Amino acid sequence: MLTKRIIPCLDIKDGRTVKGVNFEQLRDAGDPIELGALYASQGADELVFLDITATVEKRKTLSELVNKIAHRINIPFTVGGGIKTEEDVSILLQNGADKISINTAAFLNPNIIQSFAKNFGSQCVVLAIDTKCESDGQWYVYLNGGRQKTDTLTTEWAKKAVDLGVGEILLTSMNHDGTKQGFALDITATLSETLSVPIIASGGGGNESHFYDVFTNGKADAALAASIFHYKELAIPTLKNYLHEKGIPIRL
Amino acid sequence: MKIVIIQYNAGNIQSVLYALERIGVSAIVTDRADLIQTADKVIFPGVGEASTAMQYLKERNLDTLISELKQPVLGICLGMQLMCKHSTENNTPCMGIFDEQVQLFSSSDSKIKVPQMGWNNIHHLKTNLFTGVPEDSYAYFVHGYYATMGNHTIATTDYIQPYSAALQKDNFYGVQFHPEKSAIIGEQILKNFITL
Repeated sequence: MLTKRIIPCLDIKDGRTVKGVNFEQLRDAGDPIELGALYASQGADELVFLDITATVEKRKTLSELVNKIAHRINIPFTVGGGIKTEEDVSILLQNGADKISINTAAFLNPNIIQSFAKNFGSQCVVLAIDTKCESDGQWYVYLNGGRQKTDTLTTEWAKKAVDLGVGEILLTSMNHDGTKQGFALDITATLSETLSVPIIASGGGGNESHFYDVFTNGKADAALAASIFHYKELAIPTLKNYLHEKGIPIRL
Repeated sequence: MKIVIIQYNAGNIQSVLYALERIGVSAIVTDRADLIQTADKVIFPGVGEASTAMQYLKERNLDTLISELKQPVLGICLGMQLMCKHSTENNTPCMGIFDEQVQLFSSSDSKIKVPQMGWNNIHHLKTNLFTGVPEDSYAYFVHGYYATMGNHTIATTDYIQPYSAALQKDNFYGVQFHPEKSAIIGEQILKNFITL
């Protein structure tokens, strides 16, 4: 049976993991390769590496890092952050990334979705959406790392992007991100039930039951989290065993 | 031992190379006929679209060359599908090594997503390709088309219906999943292929 996926996310800045990590068994907790390898050995189903490096110049080190990750990691991984052109995608895939994630650049220029899907296949094009529920009760798309609001509804943008060829959607609720109070179940379920591609829920996972909720009520295909794994608040094997015992299809 | 990964216009070739390196095996990536023919083992990977890939192979006579190989050959994902008789993906005649047909997943249940993406169990494991691989192990799949069940099926998976997760005929093997991305189970399968 196809399982639900648990996806740790590693934020990378200038080649190092940020957000702080707390792993005694790692020689170097800031090394994204070591941390990724640890998560893979613990049963992570995929990994996401998000480059938050500000400058284009420093970003060039990303392809080298991706190459090292690809040599080391034996599960699929996605790379995101600042990807705008076919050349960006091509370099990352050639260096061993399985999927790339796009966000603001795709919103500003949706044509890149078509060109990426045509040239590299929909299976490797992940659309990341940062979304926020406003006082009118509607979920809107935000750009530039959540700093810029748009007037576009998340449901509309997601549908358009799927029609253009994205193969997966990584949905981050800004209302829930960092709260550890649980995922945004309603918008996740809405997208999952209306779209033909897998939905990765992100933002708000704080304990085992939040993951259970997002896989049941939230209808998510995968769930992503960062700090609870980095700070060892929740170990991947503990989480996966819990979900398995609760009857969620999960890879142990 | 000389391991060759066939280079053509389909993705994920580097990933296969790196996975082999992780298990201590070096390989070369090439489309040169002489190197492919003299290899001890040949891996035919692939992510992409069937008709485009077949056309590329035909233009270079690689389809005939692959079909006539005598050493162990492992097709992965699209590679395996191209070794089947026919794919409904743009109505593409394929190499016909395996009699099985390649079809699009279709379900009356709109909640079932196509392509299948993620980890799924492999069942009814046969042949030495799966030595040391426990029944119902998880492997990583990404595909919208599947090979039907048939005489050459050596592993099955269920998604919408049972289908061929792996095929074998004589020296030809094919896996629908990605052993290069399937953690330690995938590494075991690659090791098994290398030692066939």
